[in-house]
Amino acid sequence: MCTVIPISLTVGANRIVPTVAIPYPLGNPELTAEKEKALRRQLVIAGLQALETPVDGQKVFEQ
Amino acid sequence: MAERKFRVVHYLNQFFGQVGGEDKANIPPEARDGALGPGMGLKAALGPEAEIVGTVICGDGYFAENIETATAQTMELVKKFNPDLVVAGPAFNAGRYGTACGAVCVAAQEQLKIPALTAMFAENPGVDLYKKELYIVATGDSAASMRQALPKMAALMLKLLRGESIGHPDEEGYIARGIRKNIIADKPGAARAVDMLVAKVKGEPFTSELPMPKFDRVAPNPPIKDMTQATIALVTSGGIVPSGNPDRIEASSATKFGKYNIAGVDDLTSEAYETAHGGYDPTYANNDPDRVVPLDVLRDLEREGKIAQVFDYFYSTVGNGTSVANSAQFGAEIAQDLKEAGVDAVLLTST
Repeated sequence: MCTVIPISLTVGANRIVPTVAIPYPLGNPELTAEKEKALRRQLVIAGLQALETPVDGQKVFEQ
Repeated sequence: MAERKFRVVHYLNQFFGQVGGEDKANIPPEARDGALGPGMGLKAALGPEAEIVGTVICGDGYFAENIETATAQTMELVKKFNPDLVVAGPAFNAGRYGTACGAVCVAAQEQLKIPALTAMFAENPGVDLYKKELYIVATGDSAASMRQALPKMAALMLKLLRGESIGHPDEEGYIARGIRKNIIADKPGAARAVDMLVAKVKGEPFTSELPMPKFDRVAPNPPIKDMTQATIALVTSGGIVPSGNPDRIEASSATKFGKYNIAGVDDLTSEAYETAHGGYDPTYANNDPDRVVPLDVLRDLEREGKIAQVFDYFYSTVGNGTSVANSAQFGAEIAQDLKEAGVDAVLLTST
């Protein structure tokens, strides 16, 4: 789960879920606490779904 | 009074030390006076300025199985010769021998404060372990390249003994150590970059000033079949650590990772956790570390039965200028630990 997708692709990650920003990949300080946690939940669920998905090489799971 | 010759001690394994083959691989270190085996060729290449005063021989098996003891025993024997330099090998593509050569040379540098040098094939595992700390002359993969290796080793040894500056790896024949040196160039960087680009477009050869590291490719693992039965671990390169950074993980160029118990922890609070990472603005992570390691929502999903459980530990390092070699080692160690603990999958978060 990362923000700079080209780095994850370069280093060879196979399941890649794009995140929000470098200093807060799984959050957004501009949102209310409640909305921020909902966003984080959505990203973590996307991560778990990526882990449940068969891949035959590198795959970026665009939201 | 005759000018003093530099004193060199040579480290060899049981085979090149002419003790025996694999049947003698378990001999502990022993010392001989003078040069032996490849040391004879080295002696000829060194000329009158330096003398191989002694040779220390150890079995490859003994060394590999008792690295610390064998290194200490070897150093005791080396020290008695009062050397100005230690040379080891060449080890070619022999992994145990290469590792021993590297360990002996690093110990000589650190404990005896004298220069040391070894030689091996680029793919010898000793190279990745020691190239940052040592001059390792590049050889072929077998003793067939002995004749080419010894003069290169001797030339570099003499430079080290004389205290001369060591040139570029390509000129001196050693394996690049990843050291950057300031030099005066004829043209500014922009002009050199354009020259390179023009050469590339024309299909002419050019040499990059900053070669990119090579990364592994790993076949993807099969997916998780039933997430409700899965144990999920959290791993991050974003530097989240307990407040105070108890393991002193470096803010950049990390040499270690931390493993932290989160059994019973529902949320990574700003009081109890912070980031050690020096490569991004830490404000947001320090205010809410869940923004980097999403423990709070993973606990919710655990309570809801969407996953079986969150693994009791999370792992953290700082991915800021951290070498590929260190990162690969952290990854291997963490993966091994997770496998042994029966973890099914990992959410790896990166800043």
